[in-house]
Amino acid sequence: MTEFLQLLVSGIALGARYSLVALGFVVVFRSTKVINFAQGGLVVIGAYLTYNAHQTWGLGFWPSLLIGMVGTALVGAAVERLILRRMVGQPTFTIIMITIGLLFIVQEVVTSIWGTGTLDLGDPWGIRVVERNGIVISVKDLWTIGLTIAVLLAFFALFRYSKIGVAMRATAVDQEAAMAQGISVERVFLVSWAIAGAVAAVAGATLAAGPGNLTIGVGDLAFAAFPAVILGGLDSPGGAVVGGMTIGITQVMTAGYQPRWFPSLGAGFSQVMPYVLMIAILLVRPYGLFGTKEVRRV
Amino acid sequence: MSVLPARSRPALMRVHYRDDLRLAPTRASKLRLVLLLAVVIAVPYQLSGSWLTVLDYAAVFAVGAIGLNLLTGYTGQISLGHAFFMGVGAYVAAEFGVQHDWPLLVYLPLAAVIGALVGGLIGPFALRLRGDYLAIITLGLVIIGEYVFDQWDSVTGGGAGVTTAAPVQVGPWNFASLEVFGRQFTREQGLFWLFAIILAIAALLAKNIVRSRPGRAMQSVRDRDLAAEVVGVSQFRYKVGAFAISSGFAAVGGAMYAVLQQYVSPSEWSLLLSIQFVAIIIIGGMGTIFGSILGALVVLSTPELIKRYSDHIPGVIPANGGDGVISAASLNNLLYGVLIVLFLVVQPLGLAALWLRIKAYFKAWPFSS
Repeated sequence: MTEFLQLLVSGIALGARYSLVALGFVVVFRSTKVINFAQGGLVVIGAYLTYNAHQTWGLGFWPSLLIGMVGTALVGAAVERLILRRMVGQPTFTIIMITIGLLFIVQEVVTSIWGTGTLDLGDPWGIRVVERNGIVISVKDLWTIGLTIAVLLAFFALFRYSKIGVAMRATAVDQEAAMAQGISVERVFLVSWAIAGAVAAVAGATLAAGPGNLTIGVGDLAFAAFPAVILGGLDSPGGAVVGGMTIGITQVMTAGYQPRWFPSLGAGFSQVMPYVLMIAILLVRPYGLFGTKEVRRV
Repeated sequence: MSVLPARSRPALMRVHYRDDLRLAPTRASKLRLVLLLAVVIAVPYQLSGSWLTVLDYAAVFAVGAIGLNLLTGYTGQISLGHAFFMGVGAYVAAEFGVQHDWPLLVYLPLAAVIGALVGGLIGPFALRLRGDYLAIITLGLVIIGEYVFDQWDSVTGGGAGVTTAAPVQVGPWNFASLEVFGRQFTREQGLFWLFAIILAIAALLAKNIVRSRPGRAMQSVRDRDLAAEVVGVSQFRYKVGAFAISSGFAAVGGAMYAVLQQYVSPSEWSLLLSIQFVAIIIIGGMGTIFGSILGALVVLSTPELIKRYSDHIPGVIPANGGDGVISAASLNNLLYGVLIVLFLVVQPLGLAALWLRIKAYFKAWPFSS
């Protein structure tokens, strides 16, 4: 039982990371209908900017994270304004490939600035752990879970109470109708990308936390977050978190039990488990668990 | 009745449907084909070493890219899974060409068939999913595939890799050590001719698909799949069919890759490889066969160019170490990204469209604007 609870807690912690990355995807997709393969690039930029502010400029960790968020938000907004704005109305393939191209550019620019070695983000959490009834959780994971909840609440408040949030919801439902109501869809796009950048920075900082954990590889988790986004449906923030948690818990449970129960699947099967789950779910529900079903008119 | 001349001048204007179907519609295009043949025959006499290897790889990638172009350029289905099918072909060559020692004329077609079968299994996903979701599921396929290749020790050799020096004997000719008129050719030179022949067959096959009924059906599915269904084009048939054919091409490319490299490991069939293929068809030109070949030449020769001139490009770390901002490999990846974005934003139909525009200008000269 303790083992199960331990795996559950670790799964939730991993799920929180997936959720943070997934929320960035969702906020862009909801308003702009662009699936942003470069989200991993934004995560990387956020992590390295935070590192730079904290370790190179010597600011405190939290102000550094804030700088990382603002900087990445600006990068996100710039990408939207300079490149994707021109691509409105282009086929899905074109837009997906542009974001993949951007991912390549970001990764190489980041490695040429900060190098390919491992760096130390210098977060305040370190390797401390908390133990209750034999279940161990690291302080870092607790903070990650807390930050995920905070971001989700912020999203909820934004979409519910702020003017731009309501405009984003309206744009998500129907762009033309939103325009007719006087909503600046261009501003909605810009703000969506900026928010995605800020969330990516939070995700990047939590992913890179811990000694020697900051490498260019933190962006790879963005690909691993795809199953979470798909599971929850591309346009639902709540779904992104549920999807992230499901994937995280499934992955950790697989890592815990599969070697004993199904050893024939091979070592490291838990790494591909999210994708297997994703394919299985898409076969049954092509628009994810919480996604909006696309209605096609002829 | 007929007011049209029996044989129009297809160079300027096409008045007959059969003009559209012709492989080489004008005297100029026939001449170009002959010229191309002469160049292909001459290349191994003139070139050797690294540039010839680059051309060999370009031929391999061109075969795979033609497959991806049939799927993406002509049928409009996004796939990031091309690397997986290439891997399937490579391991068919390893298993049947090396382990069972079957001849080239057996294992190469076998690679195509097995690749097509596996691709056909993925096809039904394309029916249920569209655009974004299809891209992500094929991404998942590559990652799961990489895992399967890594685990399936008996065929793939696991993480350590496997020898794939399959035989390249066709009839009396062994392309690995070819002797023509008393002159001995190296493996790279022999393989260039072999690959040129395979590429020519692949290009002809693809051209025949796209200029006939299935090709038109595929393009109608790409342009508007619902409307295509309404006029009687079976989406099931053409989407699944396109996946099968494109995977078949990829698998043949994979087998060629294995033969050329003589050794493959599972980590090669990664997302990066898939994206290289996408870059090839974007740069070369989507929806054209010769664009796939052009794109392969450009994408495969840039690493060599960068490597060769890395000492002269400012900011690049020289090969023998030293100061610089970016390594040659990084610059190469950066260039892929920049080229993908640039072409999609500025010239979405790639180099092929550029060429066609120049051609159209001179065709209508002096009345062109």
